[in-house]
Amino acid sequence: MQFGGRRKKNSINPQSELYGQHLQFYGQPPLENISLSEFETFAVERLKLLKTVENLGVSHVKLTDLYISKLEKELKALNFPYRPDADDKKSQSGPTEYEKRRKDHISHFILRLAYCQTEDLRRWFIQQEVDLFRFRFNDLDPKQQLEFLHKNNLRYDTISSEEKLKLKDQLINSSFGVSGITVMEHEFYKVPFQDALDLVRLRKVYLKQGYAYIPHQDIVTIVLNDFRTRLSKALALTARSLPAVHSDERLQPLLNHLSHAYVGQDYSIQKNVGKISLDQIDSLSGKSFPLCMRQLHQSLRENHHLRHGGRMQYGLFLKGIGLSLEQALQFWKMEFIRGKVDADKFDKAYAYSIRHMFGKEGKRTDYTPYSCMKVILSNPPSQGDHHGCPFRHSDPELLKQKLQVYKVSPSGINQILELVKGMHYQLACQKYFELTHNIEDSSFSLNHPNQYFLESQKLLGGGKDIKREMDAPQRSQENAASKGSTATQEVAANTSQHLAEMTEDLDSFFQDA
Amino acid sequence: MPSSDYDPASLPDLLPLYYRRLFPFSQYYRWLSYGGVQKNYFQNREFSFTLKDDIYVRYQSFSTQNELEKEMQKMNPYKIDVGAVYSHRPSQHNTVKSGTFQALEKELVFDIDMTDYDDVRSCCSAADICSKCWTLMTIAIHILDRALRDDFGFQHRLWVYSGRRGVHCWVCDEAARKLSVAARSAVTEYLSLVKGGDETVKKVVLTEPIHPFISNSLDVVKEYFTQYALHDQDLMGSKESVEKVLALVPEDARSYLQQEFEKEKKPEKRWKLITTEAKRKQVGNFAHSFYIVLHIRTEGLVVLQSVSLKSTAKKGQYFEKEIMLQYCYPRLDANVSKGVNHLLKSPFSVHPKTGRISVPIDVSELDKFDPFSVPTISLICEELDRPRPGEEKEKLGDGKEKEDEKDAIEKRKIRDYKRTSLAKYIKYFDQFLDGMARSWKAERLRKSDLQKEF
Ligand code: SF4
Ligand SMILES: [Zn+2]
Repeated sequence: MQFGGRRKKNSINPQSELYGQHLQFYGQPPLENISLSEFETFAVERLKLLKTVENLGVSHVKLTDLYISKLEKELKALNFPYRPDADDKKSQSGPTEYEKRRKDHISHFILRLAYCQTEDLRRWFIQQEVDLFRFRFNDLDPKQQLEFLHKNNLRYDTISSEEKLKLKDQLINSSFGVSGITVMEHEFYKVPFQDALDLVRLRKVYLKQGYAYIPHQDIVTIVLNDFRTRLSKALALTARSLPAVHSDERLQPLLNHLSHAYVGQDYSIQKNVGKISLDQIDSLSGKSFPLCMRQLHQSLRENHHLRHGGRMQYGLFLKGIGLSLEQALQFWKMEFIRGKVDADKFDKAYAYSIRHMFGKEGKRTDYTPYSCMKVILSNPPSQGDHHGCPFRHSDPELLKQKLQVYKVSPSGINQILELVKGMHYQLACQKYFELTHNIEDSSFSLNHPNQYFLESQKLLGGGKDIKREMDAPQRSQENAASKGSTATQEVAANTSQHLAEMTEDLDSFFQDA
Repeated sequence: MPSSDYDPASLPDLLPLYYRRLFPFSQYYRWLSYGGVQKNYFQNREFSFTLKDDIYVRYQSFSTQNELEKEMQKMNPYKIDVGAVYSHRPSQHNTVKSGTFQALEKELVFDIDMTDYDDVRSCCSAADICSKCWTLMTIAIHILDRALRDDFGFQHRLWVYSGRRGVHCWVCDEAARKLSVAARSAVTEYLSLVKGGDETVKKVVLTEPIHPFISNSLDVVKEYFTQYALHDQDLMGSKESVEKVLALVPEDARSYLQQEFEKEKKPEKRWKLITTEAKRKQVGNFAHSFYIVLHIRTEGLVVLQSVSLKSTAKKGQYFEKEIMLQYCYPRLDANVSKGVNHLLKSPFSVHPKTGRISVPIDVSELDKFDPFSVPTISLICEELDRPRPGEEKEKLGDGKEKEDEKDAIEKRKIRDYKRTSLAKYIKYFDQFLDGMARSWKAERLRKSDLQKEF
């Protein structure tokens, strides 16, 4: 890999002071001149890094060994600083530690420019940067962490030993890995609970009167919160200065290109509208729907009703496979009036929200179908719900029964359950795809229910039941074709981040009557 | 439901009377203005009305109490929902540049609906409730109210009966109204213990250590469990119900308990068997994990690792607690709480099906609260028409003084509701508002003190 940065060696001293530690809080923007080509390389490589961060976050539990080793590998490959104890020694080949830190610094600020432009872009960028920061902060040993706090002027309130003694039991029972001895040894920080949401959410911290009591080992939460808040403010400020940047006709296309890289296939493009007729849905749901949609379809047919989480997930999926607005209205109405809802009530209480889904009401946003990540991570089903991802949200026992009903072989079921156990829900789903489509190795990486559908239709193409063995040449052709599109597929996962927020508006229209 | 005196068909006749003479507009306005601390707080608030024939109108907003009154008396909504405070007047949301019309603030709200408990109540289902299952709401309020007060430090929590089968909570503290979506969702998740839909059997899973919030919640459940679950719901009685409970017990304890249940039929004794078995396991496991700690120490490994081993080893050993929580712990509608712009039925709205008024609940008297004694619109309208001795005179006395017209109407309205069973609920609402007013005053003092310092 080539780096423009190597050629112009920057030796001004204040700069090396700036990069005293491998981890940065990005308080100060870079003040040097860089070439356009370096600008571009830096930006593209950081984008690559952030995408890896995102993808790893979906397929692995954050900060598990595998996650750590994969992220380290990527940092190394892209020549970003990755080890806290690395000093500025020249390695045999490749850039020095100083050059890596400089690249880290500059590339971060370039992407700020590209990703400050809209709310969605900002949200995505912040999320990935925060995850990256978390990983690197955790990589520091306690001494280095304190040093980092000190260097960056981060100070947080601690509680007195008397208070600690008084709250000892509560503190032990609300923090992981804190025992009677360690309570007294370590500092506890007291911050408004709003500054430690990740710990509050998981009930991993003691709460009293609106304050969270955070053991030193979890200080990363407060630091991250700080990092997030500052970054978010900085992006808002950058956005305001953007007109100046955008008037530069060399930079503008580059920045636009960078931010566009983030929006990939979202399966909302209505190119296949009307290709499917309503009476095909039943048979399609058995053949080409992923389990999540099959489950929703089935319970809709059984109960003649779906609660709003289900209507959103399934409704947008159907829109994505090509139902027109008229078809969707007809489809939902036909089913609902078989249950407790009469035609009149349907028109008043539900039709609006379906039109809304197609962007015909309210803010007229064209809503995109949910990706696996959104289905798996947000809005888990509760009582009476059938949405969600069966691999994530069903009891393994029930999932097993269901798979048996769907005639998956016992060994296949075992493989699937093994993946589920390791929390690889999408891989489990993909295995299910392979087993039910009679192929050994699917050539795509699944991240969207609509993608599942398209891939399945491709395989079952033209209604003919293509058996793999009989049609080997054609299969390999298709493999090649879909390989070409993996880049876009990879990107598709990114869009789900902002969906959660976008659809929130819609949710308020969807209260169960 | 014994609201036999209420006939939904009479609603169109009763609503005008209710909005003209009984609805507590001045308190309502006082509530949503929040002491005028922030400009346009009331004016930028979204209301939505459900009119006759389910016609639903969103984005209503009003500049004064008077305007709100006039509009409600004109429209006579069947249901009123309250939404967020927006950046602009909601009634003009179409005229502002798209993207700039945004929900800024709202009370932190909770919605608990009895239908979400259908898998754990045997007495009723769906929209029906009875005094037995109402205990679930009592438990829910006790648990959440404590946590909102002690854990999150919120002072102004308004609990409201929904008029039919559930309760709502409006947390009105300034800090609560300003919470971000992320913060709302974190609070909601902190408060949610029952997870999973119809495809999940075991909906509560506890891990070591048990967080103080969970211990506190369990203390509340324990107070009610014997009477409510063992007797009222007959949890350990019917074969079907027992099977459902045993499905939540770890496999290795299940057959033993099954055998024991053959011999023992009394619900309390059966439950005792479950708790004893659970305790036995906890002790056994503790010894085991202790062993791991020591073992690892002699090998010179760090304590932290042994702790995490300990916690995995102990998982699933709290099954009696998990069962209690699965059957009794409050089930929140998380979507309602997480959004800033989500609408929620307003206090003092009428429930069109039951005719009951959505009244505030005094938590200090919670155990005495009976949803079936909450007044219906027909009852209070009737009470209004009942003549009262001595009333004429009073009216004459007032007439002598020169008052402006608005005042007179206001006074008459106060007299009106005081003659009905609505009075005690409005009185409680007044107290709630006084409590909030005291904090604004304290806040203003603090602010002006600060100013003096400069
Ligand atoms: S992995 Fe994705 S497509 Fe498969 S069931 Fe889950 S959400 Fe649906
Ligand atoms: Zn009941």
